[in-house]
Amino acid sequence: MTSGTTTIEVRHQSPTTGVIAITGDITSATEALLMDAYGRASDDATRSVVLDFSGLDYMNSGGIGLLVTLLVRVQRQGQRLLAFGLSEHYRQIFELTRLDDAIGIHDSEAAALAAAL
Amino acid sequence: MTTGTGKSSSEPAESPPAVPLPQTPEASNWAAPVAHLEVGAMPTTALNLNVAGRRLAGPVQGFGRLWQKTYRVRLTGADVTPAAVIRTWKERFGDFWPKGNHFYGPLTSLQPGEVALLSLALPGKMTLSTGVLVIFADDESFAFMTPEGHQFASFITFSSYADDGVAVVQIQALLRASDPLYELSMPIVAQRTEDRFWNETLRTLAAQFGVGDAAVEMQRVCVDRRRQWRYAGNIRQNAAIRTTLYKLTHPRAWFAHHGDS
Repeated sequence: MTSGTTTIEVRHQSPTTGVIAITGDITSATEALLMDAYGRASDDATRSVVLDFSGLDYMNSGGIGLLVTLLVRVQRQGQRLLAFGLSEHYRQIFELTRLDDAIGIHDSEAAALAAAL
Repeated sequence: MTTGTGKSSSEPAESPPAVPLPQTPEASNWAAPVAHLEVGAMPTTALNLNVAGRRLAGPVQGFGRLWQKTYRVRLTGADVTPAAVIRTWKERFGDFWPKGNHFYGPLTSLQPGEVALLSLALPGKMTLSTGVLVIFADDESFAFMTPEGHQFASFITFSSYADDGVAVVQIQALLRASDPLYELSMPIVAQRTEDRFWNETLRTLAAQFGVGDAAVEMQRVCVDRRRQWRYAGNIRQNAAIRTTLYKLTHPRAWFAHHGDS
């Protein structure tokens, strides 16, 4: 799905893991797009949701708030939220905002998927 | 009252420490990560009681229910751009706060990485000494994150945007009460106090741009009803308790800081 400068694609890497690939910007305006993607990535069998930030161009404070909201939805389903593909800059922002306390950050897709098992 | 120093002001005691600036224009919108907060030069009237050495605490680290609170005002009739609103707001942030509350920020304009000290008036003539870190700032928004011990573990974003040719000003907070004591106070006083605070702030800001008696729209959404019991121990750093204890045990120092209030 596409909205403005953001495209979000969903793929099911395994019966228990959904991957949400984000290309473009994450801001509060992305809420409907991201929550729709989560709805498609998650079903009763899903144990982990992996965010692919390889195509992330820009994220502001509204985007960080949006990730907190997504995290709540994921945890409410008893699932784990993982991420990979963050640039050093955005890794630092996850560290600053302490989102990395709750979202597992990995260096590669393979590492994130291995952690998702 | 002078520009940029909030409701109270006096000369800073020393030069502020250098804040490492990120390398790219995009990066410069965000603060660099900090393990523990450091407080730079502040007016002598500012009380650095619950900030230096504290870690930041966002909604992930809070105890209570997760709320998203939005306050919005339209500057109908004002000939002002969103960027101009944000520029003024960043330069004079504390000037728009309700009487009795003090924001001790930088002398110029809010920038990512800067720590501000707050003195907040609570019901029952209680005072809360705490602070915030500016985590993000660009031309049309800026955002704070709170330290451990603050009433709320939160992100709060201040922004402005154009809608039908009118500048709209918005405050959006994503917050949990930091600990069980604060959570107990939420339905009794904390929600209403918070709502009144930002309502009055936006009305004062609107008046700055010539919009009198502006109507503030408020929305409150409970994003997560669960309480995070693993963070119940946050009460050890409760800034309201610690401020009260300081007030009782250091009455002269307290008066020196608050005699002008």
